[in-house]
Amino acid sequence: MKIIVLLKMVPDVVEELELAADGKALDTEFLRMIANEFDNHALEEALLLKEKYSGTVTVVALDAPEVDDALFTALAKGADQALKITDGDGTLGTRAGAYRLAQTLSSVPGLLPADLILTGAQAIDDLDGLTAPLVSHLLGLPQLAIVTKISVDTTAGVATVLREFPGGVRGEYEVKLPAVLGIQAAEKPPRYVPVAKVRAAMKSQAIQSVPAATAADGGVGLLPVEEMSKPEVTEHAQMLKGSPEEIANQLCEILAARGLL
Amino acid sequence: MAGNVWVLAEQWRGQLSDITYEVLALGKEVATALGVDLQAVLLGHEIKDLARSLGEANSVLYLDHTALATPVPETFAHALTFAIRARRPHVVLIPLTNVNWELGALLAAELEVGYVNACKDVRSEGGKLETRSLLYGGKMEAIVNPGQSPAILGILPGVRPTDQGRADAMPPVEELTVDLLETSSIRWKRYLEVEAGDIDISKQEVLVSVGRGIQSRDNVALAEDLAGALGGAVCGSRPVIDQGWLPLSRQVGKSGVVVKPKLYVAAGISGAPEHVEGMKNSDLIVAVNSDPQAPIFNVAHYGINADVMDVLPTLTEAVHSRKEVKKHAA
Repeated sequence: MKIIVLLKMVPDVVEELELAADGKALDTEFLRMIANEFDNHALEEALLLKEKYSGTVTVVALDAPEVDDALFTALAKGADQALKITDGDGTLGTRAGAYRLAQTLSSVPGLLPADLILTGAQAIDDLDGLTAPLVSHLLGLPQLAIVTKISVDTTAGVATVLREFPGGVRGEYEVKLPAVLGIQAAEKPPRYVPVAKVRAAMKSQAIQSVPAATAADGGVGLLPVEEMSKPEVTEHAQMLKGSPEEIANQLCEILAARGLL
Repeated sequence: MAGNVWVLAEQWRGQLSDITYEVLALGKEVATALGVDLQAVLLGHEIKDLARSLGEANSVLYLDHTALATPVPETFAHALTFAIRARRPHVVLIPLTNVNWELGALLAAELEVGYVNACKDVRSEGGKLETRSLLYGGKMEAIVNPGQSPAILGILPGVRPTDQGRADAMPPVEELTVDLLETSSIRWKRYLEVEAGDIDISKQEVLVSVGRGIQSRDNVALAEDLAGALGGAVCGSRPVIDQGWLPLSRQVGKSGVVVKPKLYVAAGISGAPEHVEGMKNSDLIVAVNSDPQAPIFNVAHYGINADVMDVLPTLTEAVHSRKEVKKHAA
């Protein structure tokens, strides 16, 4: 089975986010970029499927800061091939990014058809679209998002897919391959790979750079962001201060006053 | 004459969701500001009766088809694309829950128009739309002026109070006949219900909820100790469930359960919008987080800026000793 994983770099929100001087985007200078966590789940699901049904996993990412680290990590985890789409200007939104991904996938010989194209069901910077439905539309393939489980009948070329609904209910679908699936969570948490193994991958394996196909975006273009800002705080928690014991006692008073203790 | 404002009435398993009313309330404001009508769009099979509950809208457009009886997102996108092409609304508001998660993006791609995701508000002044989207886990918001028509906007839950979008009026219903091919590449099979046997967290009066900040499966025990002391149960945010540290039945938020306990302790939860929508109406919210900027502090009543691993045991101990004192006093 041939699986492609689309991986995107996003800012690590554990770090403080600063605004650029024009107030319309993040200041990229101090930004720490990491792989979108849902894409990590997509990679994990791909690796689990490969272990189960055998096949290959190719990870594809648009160029971005720290992307090499993410791609070598994917190789160290067991991906067979890593592709970096260069000439990206790094400011593509989700929509233009999806167009670029779809066009490049189609233009690089040997990539398509793949049985499955997996990517995260969402990313924290999705302002103008979602990657999975856009890529599926552009490639003319069926799609489902918020997927948590995939099993494949390789002979029939069909996958049984679970998609999340509210309240913990899941829906079961039968999807004809090839298909694009937006992964919410892999069946197992993404595997850990030691740094030594990533370093070894850097020495023994290579990332293949491919130029981006023309950056057409379906005539839609980037959404013009007028302003970006930290959300205005209308109400803020009353912060409890002091030593851990003092804080615990203050909170007990509050709970007792409400009859909760 | 500008087109109308449309609200997709979210129906799931034959019931209208609360978010439908929230988005209708928002749609009413936008339609009034633009001087156009508000139309609710209802898609499904043999659910015309639901239109009676959409009185906030000036009218209801109803598309019935056997292919819309099961939740295949692409089929819904085809039906809505057809309706938009036929009637040319100016604004289309899509409730952004996991029922219709991919719909807005699919629609915009089919229609080759823009899409604005994760809107927490939409305003209109002088005929111009302004949307406000929550990004980066709720840490930033982006203001966008969608210029194109139709503007396809994905609206987050909680945009207006639910009751504001309920009205007794009986709206006129117009049926639009749509030709749909059942897609041959995706076949709906069935729903898998929540496995029984676990507790129902929506019925608990006290919840201690853990997030990514709890760092490992072993530390969930610290939350269990506190929940035990307070007579409640443990639940968690999505990352904790995805890691397999707690079962899916304990998930609070978008894909999980909506809870409203008397006390909600958010331990190591940053407060991403998907989580907040599941707990924001709790009576008392106490948040513990080592990041002073964590959005959860904008939702909580009381906040503790410290490491959850330090706070939880100390708090558990304090609760136990207070109960001891109370017991002796009694």
